[in-house]
Amino acid sequence: MSDAVDETPLVNYDVPVVEIDDLEVNFAGRVGLIAGLRGKKAADAKAVDGVTLTLHEGEVLALAGESGCGKTTAARAMMGLLVPDRGQIRFRGQPLASSAKGLQPYRRQVQMVFQDPTASLNPRQTVYEIVAEGLRIHSIHEGPDGESEEQLVARALSRAGLRPPERFYLLYPHELSGGQRQRVVIAGALALDPTVIVADEPVSNLDASVRGEILSLLMKLRRELKISILIVTHDLGLAWTVADRVAVMYLGRIVEIGPAEEVLQRPRHPYTRALLNVVPEAGGVERPILAGEPPDPTRIPPGCRFHPRCPVVSSGRAAELGIEAKCKGEDLPLMNGAEGHDAACWLLPLNQAP
Amino acid sequence: MSVLSVRDLNVTYRTKGGDVPAVRGVSFDIEKGRVLGLAGESGCGKSTIAGAILRLHSAQTKIEGQILLDGQDVLALSPGKLRAARWTGASIVFQGALHALNPVQRIGQQIAEAIQVHGMAGEREAFVRAGNLIEQVGLPGRRIDDYPHELSGGQKQRVMIAMALACNPSMVIADEPTTALDVMVQAQVLKLLRSLQHDLGLAMLFITHDLSVLVEVSDDLAIMYAGKIVEEGPAEHVFHSPVHPYTKALAAAFPEIGDMRFRGRPSGLGGDPPDPQHVPSGCPFHPRCAEVTDACPTIDPQLWRAGEARLAACVHAQGAPTIEGVGA
Amino acid sequence: MTTTEPTLTEAPIVPPEKLTPRRVKWLRRRRALSRFWSSYRSSTMGMVGLFILGFFVLMAIYSALGFGGTTNPIETLDNPTKAPPSREFPMGTDTNGVSVLNLVIAGSKTSLLVGLVASVISMVVGTLIGMAAGYRGGWIDAGLMRFTDAFIVIPWLALAIVLAALLGQNLWIIIMIIGFTSWPGTARLVRAQVLSVKERMFVERSRALGGANNHVVMKHVLPNVMPVIFANTILTIAIAILSESALSFLGLGDPLNITWGTIIEQAFSKGAITIGAWWWLIFPSACIVLVVLAATMIGFAFDEIVNPRIRER
Repeated sequence: MSDAVDETPLVNYDVPVVEIDDLEVNFAGRVGLIAGLRGKKAADAKAVDGVTLTLHEGEVLALAGESGCGKTTAARAMMGLLVPDRGQIRFRGQPLASSAKGLQPYRRQVQMVFQDPTASLNPRQTVYEIVAEGLRIHSIHEGPDGESEEQLVARALSRAGLRPPERFYLLYPHELSGGQRQRVVIAGALALDPTVIVADEPVSNLDASVRGEILSLLMKLRRELKISILIVTHDLGLAWTVADRVAVMYLGRIVEIGPAEEVLQRPRHPYTRALLNVVPEAGGVERPILAGEPPDPTRIPPGCRFHPRCPVVSSGRAAELGIEAKCKGEDLPLMNGAEGHDAACWLLPLNQAP
Repeated sequence: MSVLSVRDLNVTYRTKGGDVPAVRGVSFDIEKGRVLGLAGESGCGKSTIAGAILRLHSAQTKIEGQILLDGQDVLALSPGKLRAARWTGASIVFQGALHALNPVQRIGQQIAEAIQVHGMAGEREAFVRAGNLIEQVGLPGRRIDDYPHELSGGQKQRVMIAMALACNPSMVIADEPTTALDVMVQAQVLKLLRSLQHDLGLAMLFITHDLSVLVEVSDDLAIMYAGKIVEEGPAEHVFHSPVHPYTKALAAAFPEIGDMRFRGRPSGLGGDPPDPQHVPSGCPFHPRCAEVTDACPTIDPQLWRAGEARLAACVHAQGAPTIEGVGA
Repeated sequence: MTTTEPTLTEAPIVPPEKLTPRRVKWLRRRRALSRFWSSYRSSTMGMVGLFILGFFVLMAIYSALGFGGTTNPIETLDNPTKAPPSREFPMGTDTNGVSVLNLVIAGSKTSLLVGLVASVISMVVGTLIGMAAGYRGGWIDAGLMRFTDAFIVIPWLALAIVLAALLGQNLWIIIMIIGFTSWPGTARLVRAQVLSVKERMFVERSRALGGANNHVVMKHVLPNVMPVIFANTILTIAIAILSESALSFLGLGDPLNITWGTIIEQAFSKGAITIGAWWWLIFPSACIVLVVLAATMIGFAFDEIVNPRIRER
């Protein structure tokens, strides 16, 4: 493969493809009838609480964080599968339509690959029908060069690495292995010739030795078809392998974002530092581990939302640097750092590492 | 003396579609105070071994070989003695504590039950001991009255660990104990397991598909493929200088952050882990092997010496006999 | 890129030129049907049930085509009356000398027809309501479910009596009554199934592809709900036949049409028990029991095959 020889840059940072602007998604809390009558109010869970993100042409962006941080919700909002409570999503500069019908053309451009390849496929449909479904929904009966539906399906299957495609047409999902199923899902997405693929934990349900193939496929699609990819993952090792940029989320906000090599090797936010500490690798379990569990999205702490668990605060270093009061009291946005490496932490302007 | 000694274990499931040989001739030992990590992907047979040690499989499953737990052959025990050995000789921490805890019973009661069933203490004493165990695993003692749904995933897993320790077993089998947990919680649970194992001098069999976790937690490591062990040795050595091509591929699937060799180059194997009913001839790994030779489809590799305290079932191992068709 | 081989190739390989969407659909259906049939065949219970039901269906067709002997009392004046089963009259005769066997054959046609049509009505109404409630959720769901609850509460027998008194005793009235009072069970079942299917990832995928509600319901939700509906319908047929017999027995049936229920009713009112004409009661009753049994067995066998947990391994 000629990565080294090809000089054209893979990512075009001048062309934003999808822009998320100050996105907010709340999930309404539920309160029982009696409690409601007694005046108790439901606490809303702010799943996504002010996220601004841009995906550029040809970029692979990893959205990382633990469960409950809002990354999956943000991805679904990007797909148009959720209606945001506040904020705007723009595709090539145009805001998304609000009606289902208005979103149809957008749906062709932005496709999704889900976490569980087995659950993503209708067990009663054959591979052919699964891949052709997108084409039929959008009433695409022939391709731009006059190709028939069958030819479009064959091309999508081939691009996803299932060759020869004819062998797979009449198979059912349960007759395929995990890796093949995920390829079918990807083929279904490719049939529509999308500009963007949103992949929600695309390999976490697959066997370890098979993951590499699927990741290689995604990178190949980016390289050859110029598809931009947003990968939602909890696995920072995966981000290291495939991502151009990494955005780390915590409790509904992005707390750090920047080039992958920077964020993963020289993190500027204590949470990112903590996540990197616990990536298992030879070195024993003696590194500092955050105590407690990921907190409740219905009870967001005041000030910096990470401060109750922040090792910099608990070790007293924040007090020494004079920022402790701000950590506990002042809510802060993402602050701009050098070379596009931003972090939402008071250490950043002081040029201190967590 | 080893706490657990497995010799030539064969486990075959009987299904409507025929016999499924899940484990084909596996042998290993675990000494007191040592952790053996068992790694492999779906269909390799590792979880089957966990069930076999406590004879938890159905009566139709064919189990052959020898499993010596504290000197007794588990496979030859009478039902009464078997029940006595379960949980006191060896206990299991299951994956997904979600399903292993009774949702309508308080957790203190569930732990105490284990103690009482084995006649180790009366009711009151059992509850006191349950309280102590809860604290030993890092939960406040008052949680003993909680129901499982009041606990988070990580907390439930700690309860599972407490339950596993209830009857002072000589060995604990951990079957994918952290798979469903977040990375931070996973790190906490692993740290807990390691420290308990160390403090109590337990032998442990740690089963998982996540090789990177095993390197942290185990002393020795055994890699399984298609029902057999294909490589074994000290954990760090096996991970950092693998001999068997499968181990090399598996290790490469867990790249280290900061290692530029993996940046932009995901590493994986073509094909899929084999169906236990249709295992390829000769070396079961040969269809996917990057270092395959002409001899591989016909040879039945044994665990040959592959370095100091290292064994590998591959023609490329140092101690492998010279075979025609294999380069030097 | 490495080629990946499918693990099993029972599926036929179709040359691309011959492939059209319709052909794929047809091939898929054929394959699914043959798969279903080979699973069904292995269930003894299912096969026995099918055999029994088949027998009665043939009987009904036979009768519908005009065979089956006379049931007209005028034509049987020469027959012995109240005669026990003999070679000439295998099921004996009634007080008019009509052969009970002829009555049973004639009755099979109408009994099965009532069962079928009433359960189709019940299935259609129940499915529509259950799907609307399950898929839409919210107010529509709550409203429809309360409506369903109201129907469950209505005492079916009392309603039948009242309607029969008001509208007269007509076969179609009976069918309507049974159909419109047995749909709530189907509605609840369908709603539960829709709720579970609606959350599945492949439904979300379809929406992500751009599928509108209509498409998602027709292509994904309905096909995954249909098998459960079919299994339920078979059982509903049995219940409908039983209900019709009960209504006829109480004298609410259509006096102009012979059904197994009306035979029993006639037998009872003509005092079959007192005169000891057990054959007049037993044979039609046995038919009802056998058909209900057969339908239940088929329903069970169906359920086993169709149960998603077993199907998708």
